[in-house]
Amino acid sequence: MSMHEQFADDLALYALGALQGRERAELQAHLTQCAACRRELQHLCGDMGLLGLATMGPAPPPAARNRLLSALAKEPRVPMVRKEARRWWLMAPATAAIVLAVVSVLFWRQNNALRRDLAQQLTQSRQNQAEVERAREVLALLSAPDAMRVTLVATNAKPQPQGKAIYRPQTGSLVFLASNFAPLPPKKAYELWMLPTSGAPPIPVGVFKPDARGSASVLMPPLPKELEAKAFAITIEPETGSFTPTMPIMLAGGQ
Amino acid sequence: MATTQPERAVSDAEIIARICSGDEGAMAQLYDRHSRVVYAVALRVLSDGSAAEDILQDVFMQLWRNAQAFNASRGSLAAWLVVIARNRAIDKLRKKRPEEEAAETVIAVDTDLENAAERNEAIEKVRTVLAGMPAEQRAALEMAFFEGLTHVEIAGKTGQPLGTIKTRIRSGLSAVRKAFAV
Repeated sequence: MSMHEQFADDLALYALGALQGRERAELQAHLTQCAACRRELQHLCGDMGLLGLATMGPAPPPAARNRLLSALAKEPRVPMVRKEARRWWLMAPATAAIVLAVVSVLFWRQNNALRRDLAQQLTQSRQNQAEVERAREVLALLSAPDAMRVTLVATNAKPQPQGKAIYRPQTGSLVFLASNFAPLPPKKAYELWMLPTSGAPPIPVGVFKPDARGSASVLMPPLPKELEAKAFAITIEPETGSFTPTMPIMLAGGQ
Repeated sequence: MATTQPERAVSDAEIIARICSGDEGAMAQLYDRHSRVVYAVALRVLSDGSAAEDILQDVFMQLWRNAQAFNASRGSLAAWLVVIARNRAIDKLRKKRPEEEAAETVIAVDTDLENAAERNEAIEKVRTVLAGMPAEQRAALEMAFFEGLTHVEIAGKTGQPLGTIKTRIRSGLSAVRKAFAV
């Protein structure tokens, strides 16, 4: 079963919340009766999700995480109990008691195995935690606004804007450090681009604004793995970032 | 020092199951995994860090309160969160009351976005599609998606016929899907 072609354009607008008035009402009425068009609407929402996933932007402020966790603590969740299950219990209490007894025996037999697994996982967890802590220390140093940043130049040279990109294609890991960058007008930001060796269009890596001393960093942005880069470049873009670079290129460098 | 971390073994669906049982740590894990793109979408729509942070908070609190609403068989959690964040941000931008509960938002994605590598590959595909799209079509799609403009408003802004704008938006979304066709 396929969707009705005459509703194709309107379905896309409806998914985006952009369909109004009579057209919207007509489509909503049709959707109540047409499973194929309802399915197509779900796919259009999926397409929107994919489009949104490609949005570049800065990470949320660390305070946002703390705010969320505080809000969670004030609103503890009650473990979900399914309504259907409650009805079943009411209808067949004796059967439920038997099932519970069987499950209890099974749990008891699995208990020892689970204990062993738990001990192994705790050990692994501690090792992982130590690695994460070390990685955090490195990232904290790289991004700390009060860290001392010194660019060494020839003794008679004036400091120039400079960017250092450290990139590992195998893991898609990237650290970028900027120094001596000029301040920008409001609503503008610098954007770092990767130029793939394959000749594919430039990939937006991240937007950044220099601090009062002209320093900035882009740390571990989400990048695909196994993507060889021939060069990196920097342009000035709107602070929300762009999908394609706006000329001119301010800085560029490659191997 | 090169710190390599193993690919996350825990799926979104497993974390959702833990959230359903009231595990706050699972919620923090999910936040660390998906907050960046949720915030990026809200910021792109609203151009206001504080307002984008409110959307971020709202989206994750909705997930906390109603985690069972997400069914892994309905599609990717990351894409689901992005769509909800985008819709909430557009509502805020246009000062509208939300018309649809998050639980009612159903998406279908025919590509696996469960782990970071798959998501990164998908992001790369979408960016390639957008970069190869005619500028007028990309602009119409971005105006509809990030600015929440109706096709009438976009036609008024660009001077293009209504039908042209409708078709550009539809075929723009269609192009994204085709990039994932087997």
